[in-house]
Amino acid sequence: MSDYNPNIPPKKRPFSLQLDPAKFEPATDEEKAQQEVMRESTTFFRDGMRKLFHNPLAVGSMIVLLVILVTIVIAPLIVPYSYSGMITVDGKRDKSAKNLPPFTYSKLEQQAIDNGETVFPHIFGTDELCRDYFIRVIYGARVSLSVGFFASLIVLIIGLLYGSIAGYAGGRTDLIMMRIVDIIYSLPDTLMVILLSVVLDQLLGQSLQNTALASIGPNMLSMFAVFGLLYWVGMARLVRGQILSIKNNEYVLAAQAMGAKPGRIIRRHILPNCMSVIIISTALQIPSAIFTESFLSFIGLGVQAPMPSLGSLANSARQALQAYPYKMIFPAVGICLIVLSFNLLGDGLRDAFDPKLRK
Amino acid sequence: MSGQKHLLDVRGLKEYFPVKSGMLNKMLLKAVDDVSFTIDEGETLGLVGESGCGKTTVGRTLLYLYKPTAGEVYFDGQLVTEKNIGDFRKDMQIVFQDPYSSLNPRMTVADIIGEPLDIHKLYSSKKERADRIAELLTLVGLNSEHANRYAHEFSGGQRQRIGIARALAVNPRFIVCDEPVSALDVSIQAQIINTFEDLQQKLGIAYLFIAHDLLVVQHMSRRIAVMYLGRIVEIGPAGDIIGSPVHPYTESLISAIPMPDPETARHKHRIILEGDVPSPLRMPKGCPFRTRCRYATKECEESRPELKEIAPDRFVACHNR
Amino acid sequence: MSEMPLLQVKNLHTSFFTDAGEVKAVNGISYNLDAGKVLGIVGESGSGKSVSAYSVLRILTDTGRVKEGEVLFKGENILKYSEQQMQKFRGSRISIIFQDPMTCLNPTFSIGSQLREAIRIHTDRNKEEIQARALEMLQLVGVNEPEKRLKQYPHELSGGMRQRVMIAMALACEPDILIADEPTTALDVTIQAQILELMQDLQRKLGMAIIMITHDLGVIADMCDEIIVMYGGKVCERGTADEIFYNPRHEYTKGLIRSIPRISEKHEKLIPISGSPVDLLNLPKGCAFAARCDHAMKICLEQPPEEVRVNDFHIAACWNNVKQMMDEAKDGEET
Repeated sequence: MSDYNPNIPPKKRPFSLQLDPAKFEPATDEEKAQQEVMRESTTFFRDGMRKLFHNPLAVGSMIVLLVILVTIVIAPLIVPYSYSGMITVDGKRDKSAKNLPPFTYSKLEQQAIDNGETVFPHIFGTDELCRDYFIRVIYGARVSLSVGFFASLIVLIIGLLYGSIAGYAGGRTDLIMMRIVDIIYSLPDTLMVILLSVVLDQLLGQSLQNTALASIGPNMLSMFAVFGLLYWVGMARLVRGQILSIKNNEYVLAAQAMGAKPGRIIRRHILPNCMSVIIISTALQIPSAIFTESFLSFIGLGVQAPMPSLGSLANSARQALQAYPYKMIFPAVGICLIVLSFNLLGDGLRDAFDPKLRK
Repeated sequence: MSGQKHLLDVRGLKEYFPVKSGMLNKMLLKAVDDVSFTIDEGETLGLVGESGCGKTTVGRTLLYLYKPTAGEVYFDGQLVTEKNIGDFRKDMQIVFQDPYSSLNPRMTVADIIGEPLDIHKLYSSKKERADRIAELLTLVGLNSEHANRYAHEFSGGQRQRIGIARALAVNPRFIVCDEPVSALDVSIQAQIINTFEDLQQKLGIAYLFIAHDLLVVQHMSRRIAVMYLGRIVEIGPAGDIIGSPVHPYTESLISAIPMPDPETARHKHRIILEGDVPSPLRMPKGCPFRTRCRYATKECEESRPELKEIAPDRFVACHNR
Repeated sequence: MSEMPLLQVKNLHTSFFTDAGEVKAVNGISYNLDAGKVLGIVGESGSGKSVSAYSVLRILTDTGRVKEGEVLFKGENILKYSEQQMQKFRGSRISIIFQDPMTCLNPTFSIGSQLREAIRIHTDRNKEEIQARALEMLQLVGVNEPEKRLKQYPHELSGGMRQRVMIAMALACEPDILIADEPTTALDVTIQAQILELMQDLQRKLGMAIIMITHDLGVIADMCDEIIVMYGGKVCERGTADEIFYNPRHEYTKGLIRSIPRISEKHEKLIPISGSPVDLLNLPKGCAFAARCDHAMKICLEQPPEEVRVNDFHIAACWNNVKQMMDEAKDGEET
C-alpha cells in the first residue's frame, strides 16, 4: 500500500503558486445552473423522422416511389393515347403501328410528321395490337399500386379490429379467436388464393353486373377479397401480440388505478403505442400484395383484359420474348422498382420507429 | 388493535392466480394468502419481503387492479367492492417501481399528470387545468416549464417525480408506493424518499410503502410488515422489528443487510439462510418458512402458525416464539 | 513495495459513438490492483464503472472503443493483444461474472455442458478430468447435489443457484482476477448474503483478486479492501475502505454516504444530493459533479480537478482539497 499511486508523484503543495485564489470563491447557483442544460426537446415522431431522413436507402426509395407516383398520375393527362384503343392518326386506326421499338414511328405517323403535324413519341414502343406501350405500363403500375394499397388497407382494418378484440378481451374469447386464426394460417395460401380468385371472380362477375363496382372489374374486387380473407391473419396476430405486451405496462395499470374506462385506455394508451409497429408492417404488406397481384396476373388470374397490370403485361410479353425483349423489361423493371422501394422504405421505417430497436 | 377507526382496513385478503402446468392441469398460485393489516390516517406502513413473496400483489389487489380471490378492503369504514371501486379511485392511488414503463412514452408530462384531472373532471377551464399541472409539478420539485416535454427526456428520478405528481393529482388520502425507489440510484433515492416524507407532512397522506430494501423501509415507516410466501409473518412498530426481530425470517433478513459501514461489516455475524425460497406452487406443509428455518420443529411441519400478539401492536406468526 | 501490481490501468478513455454523438463513458481513469486484493468500484448508473471493467477485457459493444490508455497485466499491455490472444486471455487470466446470470447462460445447453466447455477452452485435459473438474467446481461454489445439477438446464435453477454456476464457470480456470459486475443486484437480500459469503470464502481459499463493481455501498463496505468512487466517467476518489467511509474527501462521496438511510432510533432526515446525474453526451468542461455540489467554486466549473494525494492510502480529485491546502499554506506563512 505504500506504493499506492505510482503514476502521480506526491504533491505536497501542488498548485498554490500557479492558481488564482479568486477562482476559489464559491460558485453562485446561476453559474452552477448553466452546467445543467437539458437536452433539446425531441418527440418520438421527430426523432424517428430524423433517423429516417438520415437513411440513404429509405430516402432513395422514397424518391423513386414519389417519381413513380407522380408519373402515373400525370402521364395519362399528357400522353394522348389510351391503354385500350389502337393508335389513331387523323381519326384513322393505324394498323401499321404494330410492335414498334421505343421512340420510333409507324408509316402513317411518319407521313403525318412530314405533313407538319406533331405526333407524341411512343416512349416504350407499341404492342402487337398497335397500342402505346408506355401508357399501358403506366396503367399497369396504377393497377398494381392500387391493388397493393387497398389490399393492405383491407388487411389492416380486419387485422386491427380482430387483433384488438382478441388482445384486449383475453381469456376464452382470445383463445377461440386465435384458434380460428391458426386454422386460416395453416391453409396453403398460394393454392387458396388461386382457388378463391377463380370462384370469387365468377360469383362477383354475375352479381356485380350493372353496378357501379363493375367498372373496377370483378377480378380486381376478387383480388381485394382474397387478400382480405387470407392475409389479415398475420396482422391480427401482430396486433394482438402488441396489445398483450402493452397491456402489461405499468402506465396501463396506472390509468386503471386512476379510474380510466377501457375505451379510454385503448384509445389513449394502447393504440398510440402499437401504431408504429402496425404502420411499419402495413408498409411491408404493400409490396407483398403487389407481388402476389403480379403473380396472379402473370398466370392469368389477375385483372381482366384490356385492363393491363404489370404482371399481365409481363405475361403477354413472354410469348415474343426473343423478338421484343423490351416488352418484358419495362413491366419487370417496374415491378422490381416498386417492390424494392417499398421493402427498403419499410425497413427504414422500422429502423426509425420500431420501439424495440430504439435505445 | 386499537379501537379507533382506521383509514384502510384489509381483512383476509387472498389472491390466487391460475397457472397452467402441463397440458391440461391448472394449479393455483397463492400469491397472497390471507393477509390482514390496517393503516391509519397519515401513517406509513412498510411492507418488506423478497421477490415473489406477494408484496406487489397485495398493493395491486387492494386497489382492485387485480380482482381479489377473497377478503375485504374497508376504506374509511366503507367496504370497497368491484362495483363501487370507481368512487374510491380518487382516494387511493399508486406509484410504481419502474419509472420507465409507468409513463406512457407518447404523452407529454402535462397530459400524463392531466389525465386523472380529465377522468374525474377536476377543472372548469383549460387555464385551471394548466395551473393545477404546474402546481403539481412544483409540489414534487420539478420545473413547471417542462410540462410540454415527453417523459423520455427526463432522468429516472425526475420520471419518478412525474409518477408521484400523477398520483397526487386527485388529492388522494392513501397511496400505494410499490417499490418507488428500487430502480433509482442511491443519491436520487434519498431525494425521492424526502419528497414522499415532505408530501406526507404537508398533505397528510397515508402510505403503504412496499420495498425489498429494509434500510429504506425502516427509514420511511412507523410500522413494518414482513411477508414471506404470500403471508405476513411479523408486523409491528418499525423500531421494534429492526431492533429486536422475533420471527426467525425477520431476524435473518435484518442480519443479511449489507451495512454501509466497514467497521460494522467486519464484526457482524450474518445469519445465512440455507437454500432458496420454495416455489409458491409447491408450498411446504405447515409453516412455509420451516424449510429454511434453524429452529424448525415437528410442530412447524404439522400446522401453520397464525399471527399472535406478543406485545401491544406486535404480531408474529411462529410456533417457537 | 517494489513488486509490480497485478493489474495497472493507466489513463483509460472509452467512448461510445452513437447517433446522438460521442458518449464519453470513461474519461481517463487510473488504478492499480494488487494480487489477492478486493477492489470495489462504486458509482451510479452511467458513472462508467462497468464500462471501465469491460474495457479491460475488451468486451465493449460495437459502438464502443477504447480511445486512449494502457492496461498492464503483470506489466504487459493487454490492449495491444490481438483478438486471438485476447480470447485466450479472457477466462483464463481474468474472468467476469455479470448481474443477470440468465442472460449469460445458454438456455439450450445443460449446466454441465456449459461448465465443461468453459474448462475445455482453456485446458488440454481429457474428458474424465474435465468432468471431475466440473463436479469439483460445483462443490466449491456450494451447489447441492452437483451430479444432478450438471444435467439440469439454466431455467431449472433459482437465481442464486445460477449465479453460483456462473461463479463456478468463471473460476474454472483459476483466473488471477475475477471481475464481478453487480453480481448480487438481481438477487434477494438473503440470497445476496449467501453469494457475498461465498465470494469472500472463495477469495480466501483461491487467493484471486476481485474487482467488485456495484452501486451498493453496503456490499462495498462488506467486501472491499480498496474502493474507487466514480462519477461521470472519472475517479472521484480512491483509497482504503476505511479512508473512503470515514474520511471522504470528495463532495460526491460525502453526499453518497449522507444519502443512505441508516438504522437509528431517532428519525433523521436524509440529506440527498440535489440535481440529476450528469449527461455523458455533453460533459461540462470542469468537474462533472460541480453542478450538483454544494461547495462548488468558480474553478470547479472551469477546470477539471486533478488527483491529489490526501495521504498514503487516499487520493481524491476535488478542488476543495486544494483550497484547504492553500489555506493551510497561507496560515503557515502568517504565523
